[in-house]
Amino acid sequence: MTTKRIIPCLDMTQGKVVKGIQFVNFRDAGDPVVLAKKYSETGADELVFLDISATVENRPILLDVVERTAKNVTIPFSVGGGIRTMEDMRQILLAGADKVSVNTGAVNKPTLITECANAFGNQCVVLSLDAKQVSPGRWNAFINGGNKDSGLSAVEWAKKATRIGAGEILLTSIDQDGTKNGFNIELTKAVSRSVSVPVIASGGAGKKEDFLDIFTQGEADAALAASLFHFGELTIKELKEYLKQKNILIREVL
Amino acid sequence: MITIIDYGVGNIGSVANTLTRLGQTYQMSSDPTIIRSADILLLPGVGAAGVGMKNLRDRGLDTAIRIAIQNGKRFIGFCLGMQLLFEYSEEDDTVCLGILKGSVKKFRIVRKIPQIGWNQVVPVEKNRKAKSLFAGIPKDSAFYFVNSYYPIPTYTSVAVATTEYGERFASVVAIKNIIATQFHPEKSGEVGFRLLQNIMKEYI
Repeated sequence: MTTKRIIPCLDMTQGKVVKGIQFVNFRDAGDPVVLAKKYSETGADELVFLDISATVENRPILLDVVERTAKNVTIPFSVGGGIRTMEDMRQILLAGADKVSVNTGAVNKPTLITECANAFGNQCVVLSLDAKQVSPGRWNAFINGGNKDSGLSAVEWAKKATRIGAGEILLTSIDQDGTKNGFNIELTKAVSRSVSVPVIASGGAGKKEDFLDIFTQGEADAALAASLFHFGELTIKELKEYLKQKNILIREVL
Repeated sequence: MITIIDYGVGNIGSVANTLTRLGQTYQMSSDPTIIRSADILLLPGVGAAGVGMKNLRDRGLDTAIRIAIQNGKRFIGFCLGMQLLFEYSEEDDTVCLGILKGSVKKFRIVRKIPQIGWNQVVPVEKNRKAKSLFAGIPKDSAFYFVNSYYPIPTYTSVAVATTEYGERFASVVAIKNIIATQFHPEKSGEVGFRLLQNIMKEYI
């Protein structure tokens, strides 16, 4: 069986890695290429690269940074932010990414998912789903960097997107993002049980126990964190040793 | 020199990066004449079988690959590049290259499809090629997989290593001048790098 994946996320704007709290108040966390290489060599199972201001600023993703980063990593690598067309996606794959995540572009035009899945395979198309609670037990999908409610139910959108071709879901809880209060277990479980593709939980990681909880109670296939790793509060090695002790199947690092 | 077959699908960028790290020179080509005369061919992965085969046919690459392999050219395939070697894939009901006997089926047991992530690759005991391909790689190391379909070779002797995802399948096949993996060695960190070095040792 596949191992549970630990994924550092590089939220990027204007060529630098940043990390915000609930999608605002960004502080500088360093050079993406240096961080990517470090994570690639110290046990990360995958990297996620998000150009968080690409949609808002209405500009194409910084392909050169993607290229430089891809040259320095030996683990899988997904890139998202501002993807509107199949050509955008092709460019990112050519720059060396393995997968591409789509959010706003797919909500505005769901056929983008199908077109890309047909051309590159559904395993290449990650639905990036930013979910925010709107009432008890109901989360909506937000677009434009968390600024706009799409009106779509997160669970229903996850079902539809995977039915039309998304091969994986990167599920971020806007409510938990940057709080370090733990992942959103209820949301992750609801989405993970509704779809038959892997779900990456994101938003709220604050300590190693949070990862255990999201894998066991939240039924996540992978867990993502940013500031926790960027600011050295927890190393991937420590985290993996802990998870292994708790009988979670993880990949051992050479 | 390695020739990466460019057929409009696939993670050609990351394959190229990896060859650079291995110190190998390469070219990318979708020209059947160049493919036929290449020393070593590499068919990369990521993509759907239907589109993959259609793109190969449209460019006349299916015939070129068959001829090259028949003429003893060394061939490396990753992921979809492995699956297309077989006769038939359930994905898009696709007739494939038919260079290896067998077919490609969809995972049936595990609910989460595609398989995305790191999974153990277990070399087949007493297989001579397994010994050399997995030299210096810790036993049962995990490699990176992204697949919904898996190959079932007619002759199990071509399986050099196997992996379990609900069902056990051939994750590395090798015979004569062909070596192919269902996982992505170019994305499998240090163990992937060592496997690629071993493949190069076999071939160069």
